[in-house]
Amino acid sequence: MAEVKKDALTGIETTGHEWDGIEELRTPIPRWWMLTLWVTVIWAIGYWIVYPAWPSLSNYTKGVIGYSSRAELKKEMARVEESRAGWKAKFQAASVGDIAKDSDLLNYAMAGGRVIFADNCAPCHAAGGAGTKGYPTLVDDDWLWGGTLEAIEKTIRFGIRGAHEDTRESQMPNFLEDETLTKEQVSTVADYVLALGGSGSASAAGKALFEENCTACHGEDGKGNKELGAPNLIDAIWLFGEGKDRVAAQVAKPKHGVMPAWQGRLNGVSIKQVSVYVHSLGGGK
Amino acid sequence: MNNELFEKNVVLLAIAILVTVSIGGLVQLVPLYTMEQTIEKVDGIRPYTPLEQAGRNIYVREGCYLCHSQMIRPFRDEVERYGHYSLAAESMYDHPFQWGSKRTGPDLARVGGKYSSDWHVAHMIDPRSVVPESIMPGYPFLAEKDLDFSDVALHLDALRTVGVPYTDEQIQKSTADLKKQQSTNDPDEAEGLLKRYPKAVIGNFDGNPERLTEMDALVAYLQMLGTLVDFSKVNLETMER
Amino acid sequence: MSETATAPGGGQAAVEYIDDVVKKFTIATTFWGVVGFLVGVVIALQLAFPVLNLDLEWTTFGRLRPVHTSAVIFAFGGNILFATSYYIVQRTCRAPLFGGAGLANFTFWGYQLFIVLAASGYVLGISQGKEYAEPEWYVDIWLTIVWVAYLVVFAGTLLKRKEPHIYVANWFFLAFILTVAMLHIVNALAVPVSFTGAKSYIVWAGVQDALTQWWYGHNAVGFFLTAGFLGMMYYLIPKQAERPVYSYRLSVVHFWTLVFLYVWAGPHHLHYTALPDWAQTLGMTFSVILWMPSWGGMINGIMTLSGAWHKLRTDPVLRFMVTSVAFYGMSTFEGPAMSIKAVNSLSHYTDWTIGHVHSGALGWVAFVSFGALYFLVPKLWNRERLYSLRMVTHHFWIATLGIVLYITSMWISGIMQGLMWRAYDSLGFLQYSFIETVEAMHPYYVIRALGGVLFLLGSFIMVYNLWMTAKGHLKDEDVFEEAPHAAAAGA
Repeated sequence: MAEVKKDALTGIETTGHEWDGIEELRTPIPRWWMLTLWVTVIWAIGYWIVYPAWPSLSNYTKGVIGYSSRAELKKEMARVEESRAGWKAKFQAASVGDIAKDSDLLNYAMAGGRVIFADNCAPCHAAGGAGTKGYPTLVDDDWLWGGTLEAIEKTIRFGIRGAHEDTRESQMPNFLEDETLTKEQVSTVADYVLALGGSGSASAAGKALFEENCTACHGEDGKGNKELGAPNLIDAIWLFGEGKDRVAAQVAKPKHGVMPAWQGRLNGVSIKQVSVYVHSLGGGK
Repeated sequence: MNNELFEKNVVLLAIAILVTVSIGGLVQLVPLYTMEQTIEKVDGIRPYTPLEQAGRNIYVREGCYLCHSQMIRPFRDEVERYGHYSLAAESMYDHPFQWGSKRTGPDLARVGGKYSSDWHVAHMIDPRSVVPESIMPGYPFLAEKDLDFSDVALHLDALRTVGVPYTDEQIQKSTADLKKQQSTNDPDEAEGLLKRYPKAVIGNFDGNPERLTEMDALVAYLQMLGTLVDFSKVNLETMER
Repeated sequence: MSETATAPGGGQAAVEYIDDVVKKFTIATTFWGVVGFLVGVVIALQLAFPVLNLDLEWTTFGRLRPVHTSAVIFAFGGNILFATSYYIVQRTCRAPLFGGAGLANFTFWGYQLFIVLAASGYVLGISQGKEYAEPEWYVDIWLTIVWVAYLVVFAGTLLKRKEPHIYVANWFFLAFILTVAMLHIVNALAVPVSFTGAKSYIVWAGVQDALTQWWYGHNAVGFFLTAGFLGMMYYLIPKQAERPVYSYRLSVVHFWTLVFLYVWAGPHHLHYTALPDWAQTLGMTFSVILWMPSWGGMINGIMTLSGAWHKLRTDPVLRFMVTSVAFYGMSTFEGPAMSIKAVNSLSHYTDWTIGHVHSGALGWVAFVSFGALYFLVPKLWNRERLYSLRMVTHHFWIATLGIVLYITSMWISGIMQGLMWRAYDSLGFLQYSFIETVEAMHPYYVIRALGGVLFLLGSFIMVYNLWMTAKGHLKDEDVFEEAPHAAAAGA
């Protein structure tokens, strides 16, 4: 180490050590590197002064501007709220029916309703409300609980067979399991139901069973009852699948759709917006 | 700067490295335990029911956290899309945490109650049957597999060891509570369970009360996510930290 | 088998290096690399075509993704770290491995067992549910035992060294081994449900677990994938370029600043979460300060070529190494940028993060590992040179094209998704539903998978080349204008 070794190519001193043939140069640290390092340190110190930064065991430095990410959101939401205040007042004052009649309000409702629907409703009711097995289509004029603006709003607000105390509620009995009907009777009444819709022939036995067990909810003509969410049986729309087997199964041990209540999850304006949007999909009455 | 000391002494170098790398971790981690405001004081947070915890274990096992976050950030678009931003308190009994780091699928922090249990089951079995654009894997096997809950009391006990405040009663009744949560739709029948675990969602999650499957457990867990805190009763002023 | 070296000055006893175990680690690296890349391609395709999940419990994305990450980080990356650290520490200390072949072989077989136990567990549904730390408690304990043996071998060899000074590569290796031990033990602390079952519960909960996890996760990047690989780089580049290390002083300063600062950066993975704001500030500011210390390694790597730039034209192995350092520089600039909260609010939860990880993992970690394999195999098997340098060039360009496709598609999809999530229409309503953003990702997922396929193809070329080299074949091919194996001394 006594003699100074230099790299022949660059003329820079080496450290004098060698490991498996590797030497090290004594090149000074690049100035720009050191400078940039210090700039980032100084910037960080500035940031620590301004923002919450250093903890002790019980508290932390709050920073001079009193920043908090949650407080920032609150401010931003307040700004949003303010910019929407005019609309909000109108929406609170207006019924869904009024909204649908006012072109400004309607536009506003449709604009907001689209993504609310796509994020919250489409997972079940499919894009555009096309529906899928077990989840009613919203684009036709067949409504279980009513297709008026008010009925739609109520369904959205409180849900169906859900946890909300004002939820829409109805339960079709398990005719076979409860031993109200025998297996043959289930089959007979299923045939009658299909016949009501125009396929196959109605038997007297089927008619009797239907009148005894079904008409209270579905009506004598089988057109259903929207107060009870009892489906129309003669429109050839089958929520849980069509055909004799499916209809019989539905009599024997019915499936029931469940829809969550959106009050509490969506705000009042949003519920009205999405109600109007759903109404507009094609089937609104 | 004289590095010679360390270059010539392995033990010294090792000690210097360990000291250097320990500082950052200590300064950041220790205050998280000692600072009171780290976990917000809110009502409603409770340990998971045995069935929810079993479902959570399935969530962990299947790596759901690799595509779904459970952490709503305090941004306008996130609170409008997913609901109130997540609190630290809401995951205080989560061993391990499942905040996630990627949203290939949507955030699930408040998915509880958002969809019907039937939908969850259909979606798990074949996601594209209900959401055609979905790229989620199907999990039909969850509906086929009976839930193994033979050692549920041991699970609750282990969780108590790591700090979840399960009571003796909760551990004693864990097997019964687990079964009860999916075998009845009647709140009266599940009275004890609901007292031990307020707001627990009861019901035949996969539609078959006779059989307790992994699907039941997972859906029970999903249906409670983000539902415990009533934000209309929370003073958010005290939560800035 | 073993290469011997005589001390400068001659006359002294020759040192017999233990290289058999290095060979084994080299083979394992190659094998796990291909496995890891292959699983990566599979899961990339699953995101583009979900039917490939097969609806079986063992083949879903959720179970295969940890197989991919563990295979590439811990199996591929871990094995090359073992291989190079054992190779380098012996030569830079002029001492054989401490504990002899026996202990070194224990670390080899022990580590492979760890990998198999971990990966088979994931597929069977045994996971701790913490990213990059998925193995359950019994695997964690086993890894700890193996890791302590690794530390004993490595530090023991340093203690026995015949060189007065410890070489910079070994500082980095030592920091990597020690810090990973600390991170692993703390992050994985768990209480098993029973000692006969696989399931355990992590002792940390919620927000504390989150910070512990990312303190671990970020420093798995910082120490496993950075410090360890810098150690590798500090030997390989001067060796391959036959030039002295650019600046010893820079080595010292960037080493200590790097190991000090990295540990603070973890909270940047938790920006805007329920982690308190003060911790986020610390994570962000320290990440930014970390920029220059990270670049210190890049400067030392690239500038070591001063006076030997022309070798890049003719030596594709050196090209792999130097390109890896360039990618390292790019990722360690992108990282601090993404840690800035305003940027992170857009990038977090999106594919941008995935792209960032892969520019580091493919460009830096894998490329320097390929360089190491091409460097080591001819030496370990006592071959004159590689079977084919032309094939190294082909590997280089195919893999580079793969990386470019990968990271550009992830930049686009990530930024696009982040922007779509927060897009508002003129009336102030969210413009896109979540599922619309998923649909928009599809073309980029296809391009990304294609990038992965190219990267995998490149690795097949490497496997063939290394295999033929080990067998002792030399391909009859045109030499490069100044082929290093023709013009030995170069310069």
